[in-house]
Amino acid sequence: MSANHSSEQPIILCRDVHKWYGNFQALKGIDMEVYKGEVIVIFGPSGSGKSTFIRTLNRLEEHQKGQIIIDGIELSHDVRNIEKVRMETGMVFQQFNLFPHLTVIQNITLAPIWVRKWPKEKAEEIAGQLLERVGIPEQAEKFPGQLSGGQQQRVAMARALAMQPKIMLFDEPTSALDPEMIKEVLDVMVELAKSGMTMLVVTHEMSFARAVADRMYFFDDGLIVESGTPDEIFNNPQEDRTKLFLSQILSH
Amino acid sequence: MAATSKVVRPPQSPGALQWLRENLFNNLLNSLLTVISLAVILFTLAGAFRWVFFTANWEPISNNPLLYLVGQYPRDDLWRLGVGLVLSSFLFGGSWRVWGGVLRTLAFTYALFLLAGVLWPLQAETLTLTMRAFLLANLVVIYLGFAFAGFKFVRPLSVLFGWVFTLIITLVLLHGISSVAFLPDVSTGLWGGIMVTLILAIGGITLSFPIGVLLALGRRSSLPVVTIFSTAFIEVIRGVPLIGILFLSSIIVPLFLPPEVRIDRLLRALLGMTLFSAAYTAENVRGGLAAVPPGQVEAAKAIGLNNFQITILIVLPQALRAVIPPIVGQFISLFKDTTLASGVAVLELLSVGRSILQANPQYIGLQTEVYLFIAAVFWILSYLMSYASQRLEVALGVGQR
Repeated sequence: MSANHSSEQPIILCRDVHKWYGNFQALKGIDMEVYKGEVIVIFGPSGSGKSTFIRTLNRLEEHQKGQIIIDGIELSHDVRNIEKVRMETGMVFQQFNLFPHLTVIQNITLAPIWVRKWPKEKAEEIAGQLLERVGIPEQAEKFPGQLSGGQQQRVAMARALAMQPKIMLFDEPTSALDPEMIKEVLDVMVELAKSGMTMLVVTHEMSFARAVADRMYFFDDGLIVESGTPDEIFNNPQEDRTKLFLSQILSH
Repeated sequence: MAATSKVVRPPQSPGALQWLRENLFNNLLNSLLTVISLAVILFTLAGAFRWVFFTANWEPISNNPLLYLVGQYPRDDLWRLGVGLVLSSFLFGGSWRVWGGVLRTLAFTYALFLLAGVLWPLQAETLTLTMRAFLLANLVVIYLGFAFAGFKFVRPLSVLFGWVFTLIITLVLLHGISSVAFLPDVSTGLWGGIMVTLILAIGGITLSFPIGVLLALGRRSSLPVVTIFSTAFIEVIRGVPLIGILFLSSIIVPLFLPPEVRIDRLLRALLGMTLFSAAYTAENVRGGLAAVPPGQVEAAKAIGLNNFQITILIVLPQALRAVIPPIVGQFISLFKDTTLASGVAVLELLSVGRSILQANPQYIGLQTEVYLFIAAVFWILSYLMSYASQRLEVALGVGQR
């Protein structure tokens, strides 16, 4: 899938993206092109800037230098552009970040009703379908606090999907989960990947990467150290840092 | 071992007698202490009982119930307050139906007050039969409100609007409209008693809450002008005692206004209390805002909500829920602080009691009765607020995520 995109516009285009927190430089020039339907896995040690990078793509973090263009819209200080980009990108967080004061169905229908201005009935119908898709239709009227971590993360995915985004961003979606719940979340992500969704996933779940990733990026110290297909990364890594990191996370 | 499939029961809690023996009479010293404490408690209670029912002279209260309720408000115009009372009865019934729980308890308490008014053994000239009949009719109105709220089109929001409407209508009626013949102006100098205390408290609470929330949001705003204004306002008000603010608003502010602009005395006191309470509410709300995890705002941004929607739909509901206890505490102290308005010649409950004592030589030496009565009124109403807040916390699941 990753080859022969010359005629096509990338849906995500990053050129020389820099980001500072005060004097600390978190991103030191990231270049990336992602095409429609691709599944990208980003991995690397903590503090490597991978989370910061994925958060610049819907402007939860502001980049200070370089260019980010999402589906033809450039992210800048223009609030209207930011709102458009956020409508087209869904995000799933490590800590789920469901709204604890709203029920599951209210969590999912909130944005469609208030941002897309859909009537409540339509929003709830689609929310019901999404809950079916993530496998927990019976939890609609519960509050997030009553669900397990895996169920909460699946609700979070349904919430992001309810806006019918073109791109889904995942920021370590399984890192806060108990081991027995990781699979139920990954299963939904695999199904989503196979349905043709464009996905950027920050994760250390290498089984997921092997199964569905089109390309992988290894981040370290605010830079992309190496990128390639899962086959290239796992079987023939070029850089010493990549080899070392892979040996550390695959050894157990 | 496996054969004994006996169900393991939790240890039985001991019976009352067993408990007494184990905790209060388990050795000589404890038995002695128990007996002595019991004697002291009984002695105190008996003394209090004897004083309240035999020694005390409640005449300053029982002879002037209307003064405590409404001050010098013209007796011929009391029907205006009656209209407000009927509307309130109707809405208490409606709130009970719509919200249940704590509102049911409040409606019951309200009905109990009415019933006490109907049955109170006072002389006929202070509490006429007409008044008693009117109070009794209000009990029926509560039921009517309850029944009416059973209709499908009555929503919680409509009851809330009903309350706001009632508040405004009652105040307008009490004040009078000079252009309407049967509604002559009644100077607020004649208003008094529990009526004024409640106007200051309810008015102060309903006005200071939204102002306080806005100030708290303003203090966290990204616009420097708004932040500086909010912070300065909060810190200045919090640095001044309430009585100082009341003096400021009633004595100094009029000096700066042209003589033809006269702001009502009661209104000035209400303004002072509102601003004071708003500053404290703002700081409480700010604590709640800080307690909302940043991930909530990020998630709300990520699904495309704008800043206004994030504040209204995500941040405030969580922040306010977390600060119900301190906010209600703030409102209770505002309620009790209404007594300070006596310092600027507003005849609230305390000053009515004081002036009854001063104006009637036959009441000399009966201060204890009067002030105890006033304290009891404040305690009952404060406790109701505190109780309502506890129930509200449970209903909204404070402390659960």
